[in-house]
Amino acid sequence: MDPRLVTAIVVVVGVPAVLIGYIVLTEQVLRLFPERLKPKVRPWLWLAPALTFLLVWLIYPTIGTAIRSFQNSAGTKFVGFDNFVYVFTNPAMQGALKNNAIWLVLLTALAVGLGLLIAVLVDRVRYEPVAKSFIFLPLAISMVAASVIWQFMFAYRPPGEPQIGTLNAIAGAFGAGPVPWLTVSELSFNTILLVVVMAWMWTGFCMVIISAALKGINPELIEAARVDGANEWQVFRGIIFPLLLPTLAVVSTTIIITALKAFDIVYVMTNGNFDTEVIANRMYKEMFVNGSFGRASAIAIVLLLAIVPVMAMNIRRFRAQEAIR
Amino acid sequence: MTARSRMAGQGTALLPRRLGRIRLGRLPLHLVVIGLIVIWLIPTIGLFVNSFRTAEAATSSGWWTAIFQPAQLSLDNYAHVLSQSDIAPAFVNSLFISIPATIIPVLVAAFAAYAFAWMDFPGRNVLFVVVVGLLVVPLQTTLIPILQLYGPKNLNIAGSFLGVWLAHTAYGLPFAIFLLRNFMGSLPREIFESAAIDGASPVTSFLRLALPMSVPAIAALAIFQFLFVWNDLLVSLIYIGANVQNQPLTVVISNLVTSLGGGWEFLAAAAFISMALPLAVFFLLQRYFVRGIVGGSVKG
Repeated sequence: MDPRLVTAIVVVVGVPAVLIGYIVLTEQVLRLFPERLKPKVRPWLWLAPALTFLLVWLIYPTIGTAIRSFQNSAGTKFVGFDNFVYVFTNPAMQGALKNNAIWLVLLTALAVGLGLLIAVLVDRVRYEPVAKSFIFLPLAISMVAASVIWQFMFAYRPPGEPQIGTLNAIAGAFGAGPVPWLTVSELSFNTILLVVVMAWMWTGFCMVIISAALKGINPELIEAARVDGANEWQVFRGIIFPLLLPTLAVVSTTIIITALKAFDIVYVMTNGNFDTEVIANRMYKEMFVNGSFGRASAIAIVLLLAIVPVMAMNIRRFRAQEAIR
Repeated sequence: MTARSRMAGQGTALLPRRLGRIRLGRLPLHLVVIGLIVIWLIPTIGLFVNSFRTAEAATSSGWWTAIFQPAQLSLDNYAHVLSQSDIAPAFVNSLFISIPATIIPVLVAAFAAYAFAWMDFPGRNVLFVVVVGLLVVPLQTTLIPILQLYGPKNLNIAGSFLGVWLAHTAYGLPFAIFLLRNFMGSLPREIFESAAIDGASPVTSFLRLALPMSVPAIAALAIFQFLFVWNDLLVSLIYIGANVQNQPLTVVISNLVTSLGGGWEFLAAAAFISMALPLAVFFLLQRYFVRGIVGGSVKG
């Protein structure tokens, strides 16, 4: 038998058995404690595996990265803010920061805007579930697969040769010359195209969540406005949109984080060439091409700091929800 | 549930008006909706058609020409990719990575979620707020110290499946704990109280009550985590890296794209093989998947 198959069986059967066994064992361990202490000790035994993972794989490395961001590439000497100075003055990094700003604004606008539009539109047709399925579908596949799909959309052949890319065929049908889509960096055109690929994936996510909120709006409100003579646009502006605002805020934060962390699509489609660099890909290059863990750590910390406001908002919203529970 | 019955009720009440509107006034609406669906599907259809075309045909003419020349289509690419390339072993590797990386976090999170939901201890709220905060920590901030921890001088598990399982478990945990705690916390208190009065230990309550009653949430979570791991590129790229033997589909396919030349003609078929499982999950378990996604709107 393939030794890897044996490993697989051991893991699939053994791991759950060990974990369940651990929880059963906690009660045996608790017998050693006096009755009074049991309720105080028990929760920590139940939390121990999770806390171990969070401490070792999330909290410890985050602190470690923060420390390394002030060290030289070998991690032998503290260099003050040198790495951060590099992050904000190196031309490639500045390009990446600018591109991430484009990602952030454009991806949020496209995915949330289109998601809202589609959610409102399909709410009015009877084939809504089918329509939503198709828009949502790209979210199930990997960004690597999405990149391959769009490589064939953007494919470019020199003028005169038959164009095999869908977009250039369409351009050709309108008499426009073939466009080398992903290498056109004027006005960040190619970065915008990469954002479009990401928007193609994430619009369905926004649509599903906005659609759920839309179904939660009391239909009597809308009916009353219609009876009072409001047209469809006034109903949307005056009732639907304001009631959807909290949902739009939540969805936007998710998309903002997705935009800040953008990596796969850039790594696969252009690897940051032609001025399409983003910070996550810069970090990967600093790690594995330049071997500078100090600079890579500084980039990661900048990314973390950019996300801290979202984290604070999440915690505030969570607290507010708990208060009304 | 309520939304659906409400829609149904509304549907019958408004039927006469709807029928009247379909004729003309609603035509633009249908055109826009169908147009959007077509735009969304074309990229995938293009790749799908190309995956059945010979390398020669795919590099000399557009995929749409195959619609008029079905003779171009064959299963040769799939046969080649599955028998002679790295794709089949990579598919197995992806499974090897994804299944344990789904089971471990779901179970570990279930223990923690039960403790957060139904046990009283000092610091419970503060600790849970920490979990909510960890939801959005970008995994980039953890890569370097973990990579060094996995290195030959320490645990020496870089390049192994174990390292990826452990990392994915931790990365998936905040969301898993958050989702399951909210679900378990909304189960009726009386059930757990009466079980305790009847002398059931917390272990019994957890295994016999909380876990079976949380199956919808666990299913949604498991599907979400499975697809997240299956589709992941970065974590495998960093922790498995150059260990060719253990690379999953995403890494192998991204290598195909970036290495100019070799194997490009089989890219379409390879990409579709990597999409097969997510698409099957999507079409068969869509309801659970959507539920996981909606719950995941707080996850970064």
